[in-house]
Amino acid sequence: MTHYLDFEKPLAEIEGKAEELRAMARQNEDMDIEDEAKALDRKAEQLLKELYQTLTPWRKCQIARHPERPHCQDYIDALFTEFTPLAGDRNFADDHAVLGGLARFNDTPVIVIGHEKGNDTKSRIERNFGMARPEGYRKAIRLMEMADKFGLPVVTLVDTPGAYPGKGAEERGQSEAIARCTEKCLQLGVPLVSVIIGEGGSGGAVAFATANRVAMLEHSVYSVISPEGCASILWKDAEKMREAAEALRLTAQDLNKLGVCDHVIAEPVGGAHRDRAATIEAVKNAISGMLADMANSKPKALIQDRRKKFLDMGSKGLAA
Amino acid sequence: MNWINNYVRPRINSIFSRREVPENLWSKCDECGTMLFHRELSDNLNVCTQCGHHMAISPRDRFAGLFDGGIFVEIDVPQPVTDPLGFKDQKKYPDRMKAAQKKTDEKEAMLIAEGDIGRTPIVAAAQDFSFLGGSMGMYVGNAIIAAAERAVELKRPLILFSAAGGARMQEGILSLVQMPRTTVAVQMLKEANLPYIVVLTHPTTGGVTASYAMLGDVQIAEPNALICFAGPRVIEQTIRETLPEGFQRAEYLLDHGMLDRVTPRTELREELITIVRMLMKKSPAIKGDLPAPGAQFDDTPA
Repeated sequence: MTHYLDFEKPLAEIEGKAEELRAMARQNEDMDIEDEAKALDRKAEQLLKELYQTLTPWRKCQIARHPERPHCQDYIDALFTEFTPLAGDRNFADDHAVLGGLARFNDTPVIVIGHEKGNDTKSRIERNFGMARPEGYRKAIRLMEMADKFGLPVVTLVDTPGAYPGKGAEERGQSEAIARCTEKCLQLGVPLVSVIIGEGGSGGAVAFATANRVAMLEHSVYSVISPEGCASILWKDAEKMREAAEALRLTAQDLNKLGVCDHVIAEPVGGAHRDRAATIEAVKNAISGMLADMANSKPKALIQDRRKKFLDMGSKGLAA
Repeated sequence: MNWINNYVRPRINSIFSRREVPENLWSKCDECGTMLFHRELSDNLNVCTQCGHHMAISPRDRFAGLFDGGIFVEIDVPQPVTDPLGFKDQKKYPDRMKAAQKKTDEKEAMLIAEGDIGRTPIVAAAQDFSFLGGSMGMYVGNAIIAAAERAVELKRPLILFSAAGGARMQEGILSLVQMPRTTVAVQMLKEANLPYIVVLTHPTTGGVTASYAMLGDVQIAEPNALICFAGPRVIEQTIRETLPEGFQRAEYLLDHGMLDRVTPRTELREELITIVRMLMKKSPAIKGDLPAPGAQFDDTPA
């Protein structure tokens, strides 16, 4: 059962009709509906193409949050071998919103870290909807230190609505944990590449995406605040999220112009969830390319490269 | 009648109008409601003389109270692209900026300066909450980087007073990337083995807390300052329960191990001098009245 977004309603109708026709034909063998059904398929395909050609920033947010979009675990399962999850921050707990561990990427050992949102009610609750607590960042710091010690590249997969706004998270130093994680990213003498696969929500995202190279999937978003949050503050009306999404320039395309995202990874027509295998393959190629770029870089050069990237960032604005 | 009209009435009027005190002479304490005479209040660094409540203080006034003889030299901040995104909500961002500049008489939300405190040379940075909520955009990022670079150049400690609602939404992602940018500034100081002292003032929240404001060698907060990542209202909406008394206030953070000290503003200067001089391996400060700034004084340890 495909999950349709609100703007995909017309598409849902056409695809639903085609499905109905086929269901009827299955019951009644004399019926010849194939031509009609195929015509509907073509119409749906055409409509899908049109819808996805001119996506507004808000629609991109919706796609980035699509429940069937491939998540961190899907990428880890498909792109990495010998994934060995490593748990815990050695202080308080293991944060299930953050996956991390040793793995091989194209046979090369790496550390992979990412936010996992979960796929059903149970796993979403377990993963806290991809919202990390301080322990998640502290686990990431620990794993990055390990990567640095053993000279392993770090790959981060970003997909979070943001850091978890909870009582315990604040008491245990949410801000300090994020600040230290960003700091750790900047200190790594190994290549750090980041892919924003869905939502790049605020400080929770930047703590993992302070990388040498940042790639974003075509319909992923990366923002200082959610469009709803921004709308409720600046428009005093959370329903103005469409306007806020527009104003925030949070799409991969705009961020590419701003120099925040180095590489936009094309998604299949209709978004990553309509062809997961193709999306995962595209992400693989992007990671390979980014890692290959830095294969011969020395630790000091990697640190300098990352620093310079951020110091120079935004110096030209969108006009660039 | 002429005499009454021309002389007595104006006299009476002037006596009454004189009793209508101009607004800016008296301030009301936000906490206890006491009316405080402006000079008394500013002499006490905007701390209520009755209840000790810490009211906001502008970076300029703070520096005037911090540096020896109130003398400091402003450090230039590289001007970033204005309105990088062409941001418009109900107002245009450049209009909001102009209004903030008019209101505060400042260019932006951070002031950086160099000077001496207790004859100890430092670089200082202070954030201005009255300027668009002290929000961190590219200018604030540039200011912190410039302050750090100057501190490294002069081999001085950096003392930073934070106050902000968080990142400046109107600069979108470019405000978010100030988190790593300012972290680079902190690293410059660390690599030069120079002290970086953060004084968290009311309120310090969001992306500011989650970057340079939490990375100090010494973390001091002013009493009762709200210090958090997510604000109490956001948390209450999320977890749907009332938060404990004093939650996310300076003393609460101190109890939870997130701060080194909570120090009243009136004692802050002395404390900063003491800490900085120890970290810089200088001799103890001499208490009491200091000679006029500029007077030659050898304070390097023998």
